[in-house]
Amino acid sequence: MPTVDLATTSLRELNELLHKQGAGTNETQWEILNPKGRHAVAVGVDAPLNIDIKGPVGYYVAGMNKHANIVVHGSAGPGAAENMMSGKVVVKGDVSQYAGATGRGGLLVVEGNASSRCGISMKGIDIVVKGNIGHMSAFMAQTGNLVVFGDAGDALGDSIYEARLFVRGSVKSLGADCVEKEMRDEHLDLVDNILQRSGLNGVKPKDFRRYGSSRKLYNFNIDNADAY
Amino acid sequence: MTYHNPPTTPRKSAVFDDYTLSEIRRAASTGIYDIRGGGAKRKVPHFDDLLFLGASMSRYPLEGYREKCSTTVTLGTRYAKKPIELKIPITVAGMSFGSLSANAKEALGRGATIAGTSTTTGDGGMTPEERGQSQTLVYQYLPSRYGMNPDDLRKADAIEVVVGQGAKPGGGGMLLGQKISDRVAEMRTLPKGIDQRSACRHPDWTGPDDLEIKIIELREITDWQKPIYVKVGGARPYYDVALAVKAGADVVVVDGMQGGTAATQEVFIEHVGQPTLACIRPAVQALQDLGMHRKVQLIISGGIRNGADVAKALALGADAVSVGSAALVALGDNDPALESEYQKLNTTAGAYDDWHEGRDPAGITTQDPELSKRLDPVLAGRRLANYLKVMTLEAQTIARACGHNHVHNLEPEDLCALTIEAAAMARVPLAGTSWIPGQGNL
Repeated sequence: MPTVDLATTSLRELNELLHKQGAGTNETQWEILNPKGRHAVAVGVDAPLNIDIKGPVGYYVAGMNKHANIVVHGSAGPGAAENMMSGKVVVKGDVSQYAGATGRGGLLVVEGNASSRCGISMKGIDIVVKGNIGHMSAFMAQTGNLVVFGDAGDALGDSIYEARLFVRGSVKSLGADCVEKEMRDEHLDLVDNILQRSGLNGVKPKDFRRYGSSRKLYNFNIDNADAY
Repeated sequence: MTYHNPPTTPRKSAVFDDYTLSEIRRAASTGIYDIRGGGAKRKVPHFDDLLFLGASMSRYPLEGYREKCSTTVTLGTRYAKKPIELKIPITVAGMSFGSLSANAKEALGRGATIAGTSTTTGDGGMTPEERGQSQTLVYQYLPSRYGMNPDDLRKADAIEVVVGQGAKPGGGGMLLGQKISDRVAEMRTLPKGIDQRSACRHPDWTGPDDLEIKIIELREITDWQKPIYVKVGGARPYYDVALAVKAGADVVVVDGMQGGTAATQEVFIEHVGQPTLACIRPAVQALQDLGMHRKVQLIISGGIRNGADVAKALALGADAVSVGSAALVALGDNDPALESEYQKLNTTAGAYDDWHEGRDPAGITTQDPELSKRLDPVLAGRRLANYLKVMTLEAQTIARACGHNHVHNLEPEDLCALTIEAAAMARVPLAGTSWIPGQGNL
């Protein structure tokens, strides 16, 4: 198993090594030591690698990930797994702002809390947060699913499109065009599937409430001007 | 004796002119502001307000058609392992698939490649046709991140982080639902038929310090191979350029208020931002103050029309210019041959700007398959290449007349201004004087 110690190896060398791994590589297990809050750790990975990052990271960890399973054994700064395409990213601690921003696929699991703008402009990613999420989360979220065990801050789902939001705790306020919706069987199955893929068992999907777009702002109408 | 009052000639208001009156009636009738494409139509100081001082005694001209005047430009010399090498200092600006038809995007790629320059993607991602036909393709990294894909980042020759646009600094876009075809909807991950709002700010960074880290991420993902451009709208060019340099840009693009857009509010296009002419010297000043002029390259866009505009922008300190609206005209946009069809849309050739409605008779700003077929990408690409080459020849002609063997050797000393306003903005003397108004102020 390759071990890269960022105390002695540069970030550039690390990412270059990871980028050299193709789909058929035998070097699938990677361990990264001493990240110490560095930015852009393991970004742009495009192979089915299992990468354990042993410590806290800065901005954009696992940015634009494709295929890899990346676990951060610590907390992460802003933009964790931003624009992820596929694969799985798990952050054992908390994440800062914009976690999973614009993500187009894959699964992001945050075992701690997420700050503001979690899932902002998400485009197909699934995000699970075991703790709370901050304000303006899922702003302009297009597609994908956000599952939150704890509470959500102000303006959840403002200007949301077709993404689905599931919150078990309280929601401080809903943003423009975001409304609570009925939790039907298909949504219970969906949450159950996401929880299973996240490895988070013992949680009941029926405890979550669903939020999504009322679709009133999808086409401009002057009578909705107060919403803007 | 009987006195008759002579009739008074009807007088229309200069403030409430016919256009203003029609806009008030339109707003009252529809309840929505006017959305249109293109750039500012109002008259503001522009390159026409400058003149070149050809050589006579104090300067020695070069012979046209005999002595070489180079036009090559290298972009991205600061950090990128693979800088962009272009034959001409004129690039094609970012315009989205979605806003433009696939044939139009293909034509832009073909034309730019023939002319030896680059073209640029736009809001909506990279199409295979565009990548296939563009020898040098700049991939825009936009606030909306529609279609954003790391594979496309890796396929690009350069990455342009779009922070602002000259037509709408601080504003996002609006692609109305009628223009959202199945393919556009799929690329943007949004339902067909709904208005597609493009964000005005990037979702995962909130200022220049964040941008610096974002640029490092983009460089790491692409192994530091590709130049990173930062594009700003021409509003506060000195500070925006300085911050873009600080954030690590290889190239800064400054887009003045005459720069076009696919669709935004008319009031935004006409009333926000600064004229392109007014943006160049503060942008150059910022680079000079940081010791980065010619090290971080500067591209100027917004209303570039001919070789004289190109030469003037270069003389004021730009390394290259970019054309968008003019490139569309070269393809066939607003062609008088289609006048009868423009009239059916209640407009006339030369004024058509409702690009967001998707009914472009020229087949350029549309997703209608029948209309799109009207544009032959090979022929239109040839037309664009001709236009780019003519502009280059024109700029060379002027540079030679000023005694320069490379268009980059043009300098402010080669220029004078026709108006006090232009003299102040371009920081060149008013014609016939040695007076530069406001010199020293940013």
